[in-house]
Amino acid sequence: MEAFTVHTGLAVMIDSANIDTDQIIPKQFLSKVTREGFGVHLFHDWRYLDDAGEEHDPDFALNHPRYHGASVLVAQENFGCGSSREHAPWALADFGLKVIIAPSFADIFYGNSINNGLLPVKLTSTEVQQLMDEVEAVEGGEVTVDLEALTVTSPTGAIFNFEINRASRHNLLNGLDSIGLTLSEIEHIEAHEDKLPAWLHEVS
Amino acid sequence: MGKTLYEKVWDSHLVREVEGQTPILYVGRHLVHEVTSPQAFSGLRSAGRKLRAPEKTFATMDHNTSTRSASLDALSPMARIQVDTLKDNCEEFGVKLYDITHKNQGIVHVMGPELGITVPGTVIVCGDSHTATHGAFGALAFGIGTSEVEHVMATQTLRQTKAKMMRIEVRGQVAEGITAKDIVLAIIGKMGMDGGTGHVVEFCGEAIQSLSMEGRMTVCNMAIEMGAKAGMIAPDETTFAYLKGREFAPKGKDWEEAVSHWRELKTDDDAVFDAKVVLDASQIAPQLTWGTNPGQVVAIDQPVPSPEDEPNTTIRDSIKKALNYIDLKAGTKMTDVSINKVFIGSCTNSRIEDLRAAAVHAKGRKVAEGVIAIVVPGSGLVKEQAEIEGLDKIFMEAGFEWRLPGCSMCLAMNDDKLEAGDRCASTSNRNFEGRQGRGSRTHLLSPAMAAAAAVVGHFVDIRYPF
Repeated sequence: MEAFTVHTGLAVMIDSANIDTDQIIPKQFLSKVTREGFGVHLFHDWRYLDDAGEEHDPDFALNHPRYHGASVLVAQENFGCGSSREHAPWALADFGLKVIIAPSFADIFYGNSINNGLLPVKLTSTEVQQLMDEVEAVEGGEVTVDLEALTVTSPTGAIFNFEINRASRHNLLNGLDSIGLTLSEIEHIEAHEDKLPAWLHEVS
Repeated sequence: MGKTLYEKVWDSHLVREVEGQTPILYVGRHLVHEVTSPQAFSGLRSAGRKLRAPEKTFATMDHNTSTRSASLDALSPMARIQVDTLKDNCEEFGVKLYDITHKNQGIVHVMGPELGITVPGTVIVCGDSHTATHGAFGALAFGIGTSEVEHVMATQTLRQTKAKMMRIEVRGQVAEGITAKDIVLAIIGKMGMDGGTGHVVEFCGEAIQSLSMEGRMTVCNMAIEMGAKAGMIAPDETTFAYLKGREFAPKGKDWEEAVSHWRELKTDDDAVFDAKVVLDASQIAPQLTWGTNPGQVVAIDQPVPSPEDEPNTTIRDSIKKALNYIDLKAGTKMTDVSINKVFIGSCTNSRIEDLRAAAVHAKGRKVAEGVIAIVVPGSGLVKEQAEIEGLDKIFMEAGFEWRLPGCSMCLAMNDDKLEAGDRCASTSNRNFEGRQGRGSRTHLLSPAMAAAAAVVGHFVDIRYPF
């Protein structure tokens, strides 16, 4: 996984709460057996007027010319709720997004994002609102997210602090593979298995 | 200080906890399906890693399979690649697979429990958010992403932070005709779709204890719809009676040992929860959703809510957006809302008890003109049992279509999907925009309510003659 330290990029907002993973990547695009190529289908039903994904809806934020190349997405509460599909962070990352900022995230989506180097940042509702107002007011407004300092800098220079679990931060900063880390603890897994009761350990 | 049920399962599965690192939790059972596993198997293969515990890993095909034909030729080319990939992966890594020709094939959360793969007191995961279903047995069960699926495959563990704990007690008994689906929709309506975020919820109280295993599975299945990490119900005699003798359930001496351990899996009297919620079962009327998330629920005798009554601006905007999409006006009586499609199925409500409840209202009646209604049993075993009981004939004589097992129209990955503008009475778990087909409208409700809507053509209050 690519390491994440500091990212500065154009911000785009979708001013909605409860954006579910069915919206982020609808089911008709889940049939692939690879992790690549989901970005073109991101927010399909909101982004395109037709089923083939050829006709852009000009009213949808990601289609506005001023937000082309955006890499920071700002949204409202409970972002990523619903299905556990990891295709959601794959699609967001493949589209070019590096950071999602919202007042809250659904648990599974939050973990899936971290596992893909896509940084979910929780700010307060007031801070998110201020960020949205600035993103709207300042054309080309960039947001900087610093995972070392745990700060978000708004387009006008306002600084907001955020928190993230220590282990997740460490893994993101160093681009660590969590499977490799866990396999380095294999003797503890083996010891646990040796103590398992037969009813749990022996499936037949 | 005593422990909660969640803490007891957590503690017995904790492999390692080191300051500054995410704890490692052992996984007792891993369920796999075709949509969220191919990238995990590929990752394992490209890293040259083995599947650590194939005997604790079980796979089925359910999400994109056809409910019209058990032939692989009935699948779309992409779906065909996905099921073929699962078959190849299971052969290569030694995983037991219930493919679409197997009599035990079914929706992963129906199949697991009925084969006794699901057992109390362990950690059960699957690349599917409705894994919460298995919490009905007193397991800690939750959905994971594909990177985590690969982690479990390689290590038989997961890195997990401990969740907060919530107790939801449903006191007293429900009125006649009120089902598990009504209970859980009432809970989600009260909590909102993110009211459980960050928490593992233990459901308890007389109304929960009185439920069958099928009903308990319906309740835990939808814990995710209020954002909860998992839902759990303490195992009891109902649980043990359900599991005894099932194919993969412990046998003989192991069974005796298991049951004596499972009897200890109760929250201690002095255990502490981060949050407690109480509902009065007697006040629960038949429930259904009016909007575009599972928290947008009303009782059948309540009108569609008005955004003007909501003080919170974000929620008010959500209500307006939902009303616009679902094409209903505030104040509309739900019994005046007509439907043209009915779906009885999904990991929430496709078990034998669900089909029996639906059949009660279908028997001797006809599906209303202009309505298409499908019944999709949750597994081959459910289908077989329903056919032994003659439920298939009741449905077909009433004009319902009787299909093959699978996830079907719950997420509409196969050809069972709604058209734009369709309005569906659905026993599934999500009413998100476009969930069952772009531009379609979904109302979640119980199997009995869905069958009643099918024969009348609009929502009805099943507590009264119709």
